[in-house]
Amino acid sequence: MEVVALSLRVSGTALLVSTVIGIPIGAFLGLRRFVGRPFVMALLYTAMGFPPVVVGLLVYLLLSRNGPLGQIESAWIPRLFTPEAMILAQSVIAVPLVAGFTMAAVLGVDPQLQQQIKSLGATPWQEMATTLSEARVGVIIAIVAALGRIAAEVGAVMLVGGNIDGRTRVLTTAVVLETRKGNFELAIALGIILIGIAFVVNTTMLILQRQVSK
Amino acid sequence: MNKKWLWFVAIFVLALMVAGCGGTAEPTAVPTDIPAPEVAPTDAPAPADTAGERPRLLLATTTSTENSGLLAEILPAFSQEYNVDVDVVAVGTGQALQLGVDGNADVLLVHARAQEDAFMANGDGSRREDVMYNDFIIVGPPSDPAGLQGMTSATEAFTKIAETQSPFVSRGDDSGTHSKEKAIWAAAGIEPAGDWYISAGQGMGAVLTMADEQQAYTLSDRATYLALTLEGTELVILVEGDPILFNPYGVIAVNPDKGAHIHADLANQFIDWLISVPTQELIGNFGVAEFGSSLFIPDSNAWRESQGMEPHSN
Repeated sequence: MEVVALSLRVSGTALLVSTVIGIPIGAFLGLRRFVGRPFVMALLYTAMGFPPVVVGLLVYLLLSRNGPLGQIESAWIPRLFTPEAMILAQSVIAVPLVAGFTMAAVLGVDPQLQQQIKSLGATPWQEMATTLSEARVGVIIAIVAALGRIAAEVGAVMLVGGNIDGRTRVLTTAVVLETRKGNFELAIALGIILIGIAFVVNTTMLILQRQVSK
Repeated sequence: MNKKWLWFVAIFVLALMVAGCGGTAEPTAVPTDIPAPEVAPTDAPAPADTAGERPRLLLATTTSTENSGLLAEILPAFSQEYNVDVDVVAVGTGQALQLGVDGNADVLLVHARAQEDAFMANGDGSRREDVMYNDFIIVGPPSDPAGLQGMTSATEAFTKIAETQSPFVSRGDDSGTHSKEKAIWAAAGIEPAGDWYISAGQGMGAVLTMADEQQAYTLSDRATYLALTLEGTELVILVEGDPILFNPYGVIAVNPDKGAHIHADLANQFIDWLISVPTQELIGNFGVAEFGSSLFIPDSNAWRESQGMEPHSN
């Protein structure tokens, strides 16, 4: 059960972080036209398809004791093989997803609406809020997609978390370990819990989405 | 639909997930005078700071010691006696040593003697002790097409497999087991190649299953093989006991010069404890009830002395 709780805590926190960072980025890219925007969009789409295990490797090298961040003694820099390092890796994986899907949703909003809002004298902040609320279904999809990606992710959390029993072992890494040990029953049971969580989250989001799009 | 309600639900769901394990949430190991960063702004009760700041020893080891269940069996005794949490990171031997080189671990428990010696020679470790060994075995189908039954030499057995072109599954993943396999081929003067030589690129459990399915031979560590016999593998042990098949484990304290974060005292306490006679006895008894034989043979100097054996020459 500890494993389930940690999985939820790590992926939930990472989702919160990436939502807070990703949605404004996505909204900005969707609303503003600036020089180099197509290039930034191309970068974003590339980052959306980035293999999580490579993100894990980069975070690992960054946080390693002889890496650039690992040498700094600070409470704000997570240590390798801690839940905080896993949250960092999952956030890095999720931010481009949230930002990319949010951008797509914002781009899908009727451009005339934007003109209207502007002509009514809205501040940029109000403009963003109104557009996002218009694109809310897409934004919810962005969050669900990101959660699906990080909750099911195994490579990055295995690398940066180290799969330490009772400390950094989450559902996906526990499935890998039990399979290696030949404990297929336990591995399958853990897998079913993972699928169950995904089902509950997605159903909740679907219901939410239906309520919202009314 | 009221928008405020919606936001409330969304934030609540997230807060619930984040707070999901308030009880098990632990403060990061940070100096206590600096406030730990808030993980998320939720109204959930703050994680109880019950654990205090128990020191954590980071042990990097190979998958065999953890997957076999040995560490789970013996480590609680150490944690209790010395009031220390041991974080076990189980990786390949190569990565475990690299974790030591980079100063990411306090103590290493690995099996790659040549690499361990190089590690010590480079000044990456401050102390190395012999701990135990397990052994490799050559397993194959009961029909034994190459006729290995009764042989005592691993190199002769490998020669026989190559001569008869009997299927052989290799780990092919540069693991400790794969290195041992390559060493045996080299000792036999054979460059294994051909349809009969299957390079799987997978872990020991997967390779044994593959050998079972394909009626092939393979080299396995005894612990993984014994675990699979409980799952009903048909493979049988054909060659064992050849000294070339022994797989000694060493424990190394990472050099404290790598930084103030290295728990050198704890690492030394851990090593003293691991090689002490009572712990060695625990190691020797592990697995006997389940498999009928020891998975790891105690082999520290203190143990050898207590058994009236000569200490290691190194």
